[in-house]
Amino acid sequence: MATEMEEATGLTFHPMDQFIVKPLFGGGEVHWYTPTNVTLWMAVVALAIIALLVMGTRGRAIVPNRAQSVAELSYGMVHKMIEDIAGKDGLKYFPYIMTLFMFITVSNFAGLLPKAFTVTSHIAVTGVLALAVFVSVTAIGFIKNGAHFLDLFWVRSAPLAIRPVLAVIEVISYFVRPVSHSIRLAGNMIAGHAVIKVFAGFAAIAAVAPVSILAVVGMYAFEILVAFIQAYVFTILTCVYLKDALHPSH
Amino acid sequence: MISLLQEAAQSVAEHTEAAAAHGADQAGHAAESTGLPQLDIATFPNQIFWLVVTLLALYWVLSNVALPRIAAVISDRQGAITGDLMAAEEFKQKAREAEAAYDQALADARSEAAKIVAANRAEIQKELDAAIAKADAEIAARTAESEKRIAEIRESAVTDAREVAREVTAELVSSFGGNADQAAVDQAVDNRIKGAVQ
Repeated sequence: MATEMEEATGLTFHPMDQFIVKPLFGGGEVHWYTPTNVTLWMAVVALAIIALLVMGTRGRAIVPNRAQSVAELSYGMVHKMIEDIAGKDGLKYFPYIMTLFMFITVSNFAGLLPKAFTVTSHIAVTGVLALAVFVSVTAIGFIKNGAHFLDLFWVRSAPLAIRPVLAVIEVISYFVRPVSHSIRLAGNMIAGHAVIKVFAGFAAIAAVAPVSILAVVGMYAFEILVAFIQAYVFTILTCVYLKDALHPSH
Repeated sequence: MISLLQEAAQSVAEHTEAAAAHGADQAGHAAESTGLPQLDIATFPNQIFWLVVTLLALYWVLSNVALPRIAAVISDRQGAITGDLMAAEEFKQKAREAEAAYDQALADARSEAAKIVAANRAEIQKELDAAIAKADAEIAARTAESEKRIAEIRESAVTDAREVAREVTAELVSSFGGNADQAAVDQAVDNRIKGAVQ
């Protein structure tokens, strides 16, 4: 489809090329251990997070500088989110949720850099993140509550007759969680980045170039918003799932 | 949790590696040119492996270094703020006490001064009274003395006048040729003087 349009108009649209996983040092094969652009950008993300949270707080100042303020702000935000949603006993899992939040936020923002590779735009990555949450939350639910964890699916506030029906719906929705959890994040990232690429492709035509550039600028601003909101949504849903695991009764 | 994740990643990696090895030629190149790169299963083991490595590294750094440090900084700040507030409250209390002490000292000084003034006034009054009394006594004494002397002067004046009057009368009587009976003259003069004086 892309090649047909290319031939007809002279325009080049490769909005999905930015998502291709390529080996860093040549060679077409992508083995599980090959250093790829995924490796590079995950390293960038990890180093950025370490720079912010470790280097930024090196001063341990009572009156913080900018980096330390941002580090403390992100700490406070996630900490408060867990406490508000999952309760005090959810704070045990704070480092884990903080890791997820920082990884997703910084990946989303790093992906907005020109020429960058967005690791959170890959369903393999978000799928693992969501599955990790799903598996760990389910495990926590059963370890903390034993069989009472199944109360989550048995809606006691509903009339007895429709409880089995509700239970089926609840079970299905429970297992759909990791799917929606992962596709929401990856889908948002793919769509935004692809749209920017499409708009940028139109800039080849001089007549529409100004509109195209304005559109790219507008989309970019919007994507900055989306980058944070999606990370926030992922984290807040993790907290909600954790709450269900810790306090399964409705 | 993390070990679970690792296991899952490894098993997925093994499976997909086997699958990829089977049809590496068709799958690898075909997926790159058509369709979403996200659905290219051949790259999954790679992504998952590096994701797990990154997450484990981040988790280790965050839970061992970053988060304890930030928590310590925040609690230090909270401590510093409450400490400062308490110190401020203490200083305020001290200031209030100092003000009260100052007021107390001022009031004491005032009452002391009033006491001294009253004492001085009483002493001066006493001295004044004594001086007045002494002066009064002196005045009285002098007055009495003066009166005595006046009386004496008057007495002597009367006596002198009488002498003079007797002599003059006797002289007058003798010069008129009368027999100047001294006793009678004296009597007459005395009677006259008595009447004049009174």
